[in-house]
Amino acid sequence: MLDRSEVLHVARLARLRLTDEEVERMSRELSKVLDHIEKISELDLEGVPPTSHVVDVPGGLRADEPRPCLSREEALASAPAVAEGGFEVPSPGL
Amino acid sequence: MTLLALTAAQAAEQVRAGELAPAELWEAYRERAAADELNAFLWVADEAPASPADDAPLAGVPFAAKDLFCVRGVPSQAASRILEDYRPPYTATVVEQIVAAGAPVLGKTNQDEFAMGSSNENSGFGPVLNPWDRSRVPGGSSGGSAAAVAAGLAPWAIGTDTGGSIRQPAALCGVVGLKPTYGACSRYGMIAFASSLDQAGPLTRDVTDAALLFSAMVGKDHCDSTSVAFPEAVRRPRAEDLRGIRLGVPEELTSEAEGLEPGVRENFEATLRLAEELGAEVEPTRLPHAAHGLSAYYLIAPAEASSNLARYDGVRYGLRVEADGDLVDMYSRTRAAGFGPEVKRRIMLGTYALSAGYYDAYYGRAQRVRTKIAEDFAGAFERFDFVVTPTSPTVAFPLGARTDDPLAMYLADYCTVPMPLAGIPAISIPNGLSEGLPTSFQIAGPAFSENRILDAAYALEQAIGFDGSVPR
Amino acid sequence: MSWEPVIGLEVHVQLSTRTKMFCGCELSFGDPPNVHTCSVCLGLPGSLPVANERAVQYALKIGLALECELAPRSIFHRKNYFYPDLSKGYQISQYDEPLCRGGRLGDVRIHRVHLEEDAAKLVHLGQSGRIHGSDRSVVDFNRGGTPLVEIVTEPDLRTPEDAREWLVLLRNTLRQLAVSDVNMEEGSLRCDANVSVRQAGTAELGTKTELKNMNSFRFVERGIRAEVERQVGLLESGQNVVQETLHFDPQGGTLTPLRSKEEAHDYRYFPEPDLVPVRVTEEMVAAARAELPELPAARAERYLELELSADTARRFAYRPDLGDYFERALAVAAAGDGADVSAQSLANWVAELASQLDDADPAESKVAPEALARLAGLVTGRGVTSAVAQQVLGRLVAEGGDPAAIVEAESLATIGGGGELEETVRAAIEANPDAAERVRAGKAEAIGPIVGYVMRETKGRADGGQVTRMVRERLGV
Ligand SMILES: [Mg+2]
Ligand SMILES: [Zn+2]
Repeated sequence: MLDRSEVLHVARLARLRLTDEEVERMSRELSKVLDHIEKISELDLEGVPPTSHVVDVPGGLRADEPRPCLSREEALASAPAVAEGGFEVPSPGL
Repeated sequence: MTLLALTAAQAAEQVRAGELAPAELWEAYRERAAADELNAFLWVADEAPASPADDAPLAGVPFAAKDLFCVRGVPSQAASRILEDYRPPYTATVVEQIVAAGAPVLGKTNQDEFAMGSSNENSGFGPVLNPWDRSRVPGGSSGGSAAAVAAGLAPWAIGTDTGGSIRQPAALCGVVGLKPTYGACSRYGMIAFASSLDQAGPLTRDVTDAALLFSAMVGKDHCDSTSVAFPEAVRRPRAEDLRGIRLGVPEELTSEAEGLEPGVRENFEATLRLAEELGAEVEPTRLPHAAHGLSAYYLIAPAEASSNLARYDGVRYGLRVEADGDLVDMYSRTRAAGFGPEVKRRIMLGTYALSAGYYDAYYGRAQRVRTKIAEDFAGAFERFDFVVTPTSPTVAFPLGARTDDPLAMYLADYCTVPMPLAGIPAISIPNGLSEGLPTSFQIAGPAFSENRILDAAYALEQAIGFDGSVPR
Repeated sequence: MSWEPVIGLEVHVQLSTRTKMFCGCELSFGDPPNVHTCSVCLGLPGSLPVANERAVQYALKIGLALECELAPRSIFHRKNYFYPDLSKGYQISQYDEPLCRGGRLGDVRIHRVHLEEDAAKLVHLGQSGRIHGSDRSVVDFNRGGTPLVEIVTEPDLRTPEDAREWLVLLRNTLRQLAVSDVNMEEGSLRCDANVSVRQAGTAELGTKTELKNMNSFRFVERGIRAEVERQVGLLESGQNVVQETLHFDPQGGTLTPLRSKEEAHDYRYFPEPDLVPVRVTEEMVAAARAELPELPAARAERYLELELSADTARRFAYRPDLGDYFERALAVAAAGDGADVSAQSLANWVAELASQLDDADPAESKVAPEALARLAGLVTGRGVTSAVAQQVLGRLVAEGGDPAAIVEAESLATIGGGGELEETVRAAIEANPDAAERVRAGKAEAIGPIVGYVMRETKGRADGGQVTRMVRERLGV
């Protein structure tokens, strides 16, 4: 069960602004999905290791060698707001 | 039109034999793609490509790429409004490899937004129509790629599969879809949905085309540390029978499964009989945890997605909505406006599953179930070469039929989610019609058994003789 | 009632690799904004991280130097939170399976050492006027993705001074490893502190606060001191310490709580699926070990064999600048410049030099190791007295040069047993008749004023022992 206040808390964590109607719908729909998912709590998983990666490739490291960077124009090309050679944002405050 | 009757491999052969000009092939398909009435394409190339090298294996046969593959300078939006008209400065590795093998990019295909969906109704740019019946969904999330290939708008296409997103739309559109072993194809440049599950793969008219396109997609990529060198050359499938092949039929996903339509079941059983006629041994098997695959999948995929989609924050690219100069408000408004309802639902579900106090009960537990599912498959593969199931429990359903019930939509994925959870490959091939709509047959094998899967699929394909020309 | 501070440090060290932690962009400092970026460090859709091999190796070197246990397999996690200096909405860090665990440096136990990526730089623009009244900032991703090693200590430090000293020790150790510029002012070494206080003699830990933004060794000490005082003040007035993160303002010496974020403690960590686990092979450990310089513990051992005091041996071992200087001077002395200087007395002169230099690196002073060795030689060979040598050292610090030449030019050589000293001794006894009487009467300690008179008259050039002998002889005792 996911009540209204939990929905609002999660929405804040996820940076999603929800309308009242959406909060109500999320609560209903997610609760239904979670009810179904709850079934896995019945399984005995004592001592079963979690899968964090399905392939366990050895190595996987990169040599410390430079590769070409984007030009500043390319880097900023899709930015919604630009100032002084950077990505402009509202200040986060302290 | 004879050109349209050619499979991609046949077209490539004719090009190499000098019987077909690549420019003619390009123009024919470009015109068809541009005249798309299915909403399968979100962007179609208008510049003719350079002609392919003489020895290029894909010989200039153009391909369509699912929108979420980044192509330099070309809209790559994952069908999301939050990335509307986003044009990346780089190209996905698999796209580069296919282009290097001689196939130019014909266009970008529609999909469920960020690959979240099984019906293509979650696209930010409107649903794709099923070419067999335009009142029905093409499946998803690679619905645009599946519909484009089925309707002959593209010779072949690539898509991505996270919980069935190649196989299920292939099934609903009557084409072939291969989900490779996790790591076989680079994920670099594929706009991520769920990183530990996502794999690129081909959607094609037949098994031979799938093998040919797949052969250009595999390989270790230094930009994707989870990619693996494919252990052998990808072969052109030639098997004519299934002698010595043992097929395991998991009861959990077939006879015991809910919601399996009678027509789908009939065709599945008919294919099993055909397999026996071709020399295969068919026996029931068990995948005891497969029934929990959906639960694990609907925790893991949204959890990873909630994190993968955190970068869409209105700072570096994409949509920004700002009202009063407050940062948190900017983030929340941008994401509220840019994401569709299904994406929001999954971000919420995933954020919840990872949040303090719930991790162990949800995400942590799902990852343990995943271990059990992989063990189930490993056990089955000790006795069987392949595990086979229907791909989708139903044929293509009417547009709007499930949009009000997310859970019902999710539940229909039960045959396709266990394989990506275990990281293993599986193919979907059409095996007949039910109510005039395609049904299909899924073959799953151990990691890196693609050559053998393709061989088995080829033998069955020849015996089934499915006619996919109808929607063209 | 007395209060005991309990302090732990979290230190972030920027590694001096060529490229970033997860992409091939070159590291930079002071370049114009956003010229060292790529699809990976900008978090463009579809990009994937790949871990830098050298960063792993540097982290292993640090782990070995801090005597940690190295994990044969460790994994990266995602730490999820939204902030404009974070391109992906998460930081790739390590969580419950770090590269190194345990260990110690000096008296402080190490909890863990792990790898992560640095955030980008956020520059405040002030009011832009674009949206009325709103403040704007600009993000520069040049620094975003720089490899960081985070070193977390156990709460083993007990005073702000100790915290500062330990941090200097860590800085010096890391400098020796050549894995980082370790410059606090430039931000390649950054320190946060966890501070709590408890009643002396109790074992239970009090509520801790986290101090951020202490960007010099001095500020670390001052910040912690201010926070300890604040906490003691709260507790003594019957209030509670609230667990929070505080920003130290070195100008006013004030501590301000950072805007509390309700999700601050919900980072939704989960294993980073885009990166395979880091497998540390025996070859990797062997390679890291081969690159290690002599570590402080081994160095201290070696100094003890030279019969340096335990304190000095430790100090020179953990202050490699002092140790290196000492060893250079020792080499010169051993090459034999006349007098046979003991390692011990040379060490004392290095320590004296360090204190005259306010603890700066002596190699960067005007005093050449050769000069210090020669000065020590002059003292040992009784060419000058210790008191004079102190003055000469002062001159060397100020101007450099050769000690023998200074002694010569200033006529500072020790006054021998000749007539000049005889005459002064006589005058000293004459000037202190009371003292002379008491010495004659058997009060040996009363000799002080007489010897003092001689030393004053000779400006310290007389050998104190010799003067004492001469006075006693003359007084017939
Ligand atoms: Mg950190
Ligand atoms: Zn970069």
